[in-house]
Amino acid sequence: MKKLLLASTATLAMTGAAFAAGHGEEVKIGVILGFTGPIESLTPNMADAAELAMTEINESGMFLDGKTLTPVRADSTCIDNAAATAAAERLVTTDGVVAIMGADCSGVTGAVLSNVAVPNGIPMISPSATSPALSTAEDNGLFFRTSPSDARQGEVLAAILADKGITEVAVTYHNSDYGKGLSDSFIASFEANGGTVTLNAPHDADKGDYSAEIGALAAAGGEVLAVLSYADSGGNGIIQASMDLGAFDTFMMGDGMFADSLMEDFGNDMEGSFGAVPWSEGDGADAFAAVTEAAGINGDSSFTRESYDAAALIALAMMAGGEATSEAVAANVLNVANAPGEPILPGELGKALEILANGGEVDYVGATNVELIGPGEAAGTYREYTVTDGDYETVTFR
Amino acid sequence: MDFLNAIVALSNFVLIPAIAYGSQLALGALGVTLIYGILRFSNFAHGDTMAFGTMATILVTLAFQAAGLSLGPLPTALLALPFGIAACAALLIATDRVVYRFYRAQRVVPVILVIVSMGVMFVYNGIVRFIIGPDDQRFADGERFIISAREFRNLTGLDEGLALRTTQGITVITAVVVVALLFWFLNHTRTGKSMRAYSDNEDLALLSGINPERVVLYTWLIVAALATVAGTLYGLDKSFKPFTYFQLLLPIFAAAIVGGLGSPLGAIAGGFVIAFSEVMITYAWKKVLGYMLPESLAPDGLVQLLSTDYKFAVSFVILLIVLLFRPTGLFRGKAV
Repeated sequence: MKKLLLASTATLAMTGAAFAAGHGEEVKIGVILGFTGPIESLTPNMADAAELAMTEINESGMFLDGKTLTPVRADSTCIDNAAATAAAERLVTTDGVVAIMGADCSGVTGAVLSNVAVPNGIPMISPSATSPALSTAEDNGLFFRTSPSDARQGEVLAAILADKGITEVAVTYHNSDYGKGLSDSFIASFEANGGTVTLNAPHDADKGDYSAEIGALAAAGGEVLAVLSYADSGGNGIIQASMDLGAFDTFMMGDGMFADSLMEDFGNDMEGSFGAVPWSEGDGADAFAAVTEAAGINGDSSFTRESYDAAALIALAMMAGGEATSEAVAANVLNVANAPGEPILPGELGKALEILANGGEVDYVGATNVELIGPGEAAGTYREYTVTDGDYETVTFR
Repeated sequence: MDFLNAIVALSNFVLIPAIAYGSQLALGALGVTLIYGILRFSNFAHGDTMAFGTMATILVTLAFQAAGLSLGPLPTALLALPFGIAACAALLIATDRVVYRFYRAQRVVPVILVIVSMGVMFVYNGIVRFIIGPDDQRFADGERFIISAREFRNLTGLDEGLALRTTQGITVITAVVVVALLFWFLNHTRTGKSMRAYSDNEDLALLSGINPERVVLYTWLIVAALATVAGTLYGLDKSFKPFTYFQLLLPIFAAAIVGGLGSPLGAIAGGFVIAFSEVMITYAWKKVLGYMLPESLAPDGLVQLLSTDYKFAVSFVILLIVLLFRPTGLFRGKAV
């Protein structure tokens, strides 16, 4: 009975009947992440971080006349579009969520966006979907992300090569949406800078033998081999085969190749190789570390910062719009995320609510220096690294 | 000089990798073909049998490494191999007692045994992941290269490098030794002869007093040795990951069928045919032709017949062609 009541109040709130609003009313936010599937080790920390932001809002007591945010988790599975769509559908129709924090992997995020979010007018902020295709997806202004698109990463990688004066590379990418998207965007930027790609060859995950791929890449030649893959599924095999055959000694790596395991296995032989990985540094990252430590949450894990920021943005957008509705979120995310306004770090959400309540403006900086560009996606900071003495060494931030 | 460069490039990128990969496939295919010839079914659990044997070898290797035992420049895994084979044999014989013997007593048609072996495959799959986990394991130690590409270049002054890994050398030598032993066993020992007799004509073999359970037992023992050796060599050369071994099943079966199921000689030929076709048809010949041809004729393009995406497709096209024109395989195995 209680569930039914909750569901009906939430539905009422959704259809815009804001009269039902009273003190202590619940506002539901969907947290849809792949709690099972390939990134199941990352998602619990991501959800914890998002829920930490909501708790912070609730404890401040200043959110929209004492309304409280309630997270509702659902499983996106990361890879199964049908399952993710069903889970999101349930969030919207049964639980009556006002906005969605998620989804995580690019494929399911696109599916949830087109099948559930757009038809129902529910805004979603993804912490981790990086596919460039999502930038141009039909979203009616409902889709945002706190992670940068791989189109940006392609530009960053091309810029690194331009700085090093390298004009000829061979490219091999993981045969997946991620690898294909990244290699397309990288090659577009690289060729625009006047570079030449000698061969762009895909490789499949977990193959027994990569000597055929390396043979073709070596014949094509190039100063470095760009490996746009995952460190534990294909990318390591490519690097090993390439070093064993003496085809390439220097590699340029995309963000999926950033892994301690890679350094343990080949670090000493990869001297001088380089790459880029999304990174955050500065006051926001430090403040986030302090907040998560105080709450007893693992804040070092991948995409926890982006998750916290996504949830905080949803709440601040509601506050700026003055009502806990989907429309308020969609209309105000860009306002609260970008300048002008008072910069807001993690742990200062109460202060932000106060400023907004008094009619002021905020510029949410958050854990990842949030700056939403273009169709509402993070500009992103990348850490350029080289491999020195068998470990990653930061060159600069881009 | 250019001619030498061409030969070196060809050996480095095509011949050596294909020979090593072919030996690994041949050892795997020998196991498949023996089971097909003597027990009369296609054993889909073979890839995971290899994974189990390798896993046992890895665990013993790690223990040896912890105890400070080593073979100097050779990988410690060679020392652990007999233990891996013993563990694998124990598993296979236990499986036979619990599962296959029941179906053999029923005299079921082979297709049922194939399905049963798939069930066994999933169980093995689970056991391996349960014990050692789904992640990559590296257990190769000792000297990595007999000669590395850079050393070769410095040594000879050629533009092209030639890399020969210790594991590749060991793979080929071990494969030759194992195959020689197997053929000697099958052709010259009493047990080997009784196995071949059982394979040729089961009823006649029974009439002449051959104990079928003994033949089955020896078959599993040999298969355990072949699978563990093949799996360990493969793991040394690349790395051990349970899922990769499951995927190896496809090229191994392709090799066994191309060569002729049930024919040991065919399994070896099939392994090399598959390995060479995978590497050669997808190789970009630009470099080699560039060295061989006069400058005016040197190719601009990559001269690649098929993109490497089609690597697996190549094995299966060969498989189809062989089955269409010679259904029993190159070496006249049993009809599939």
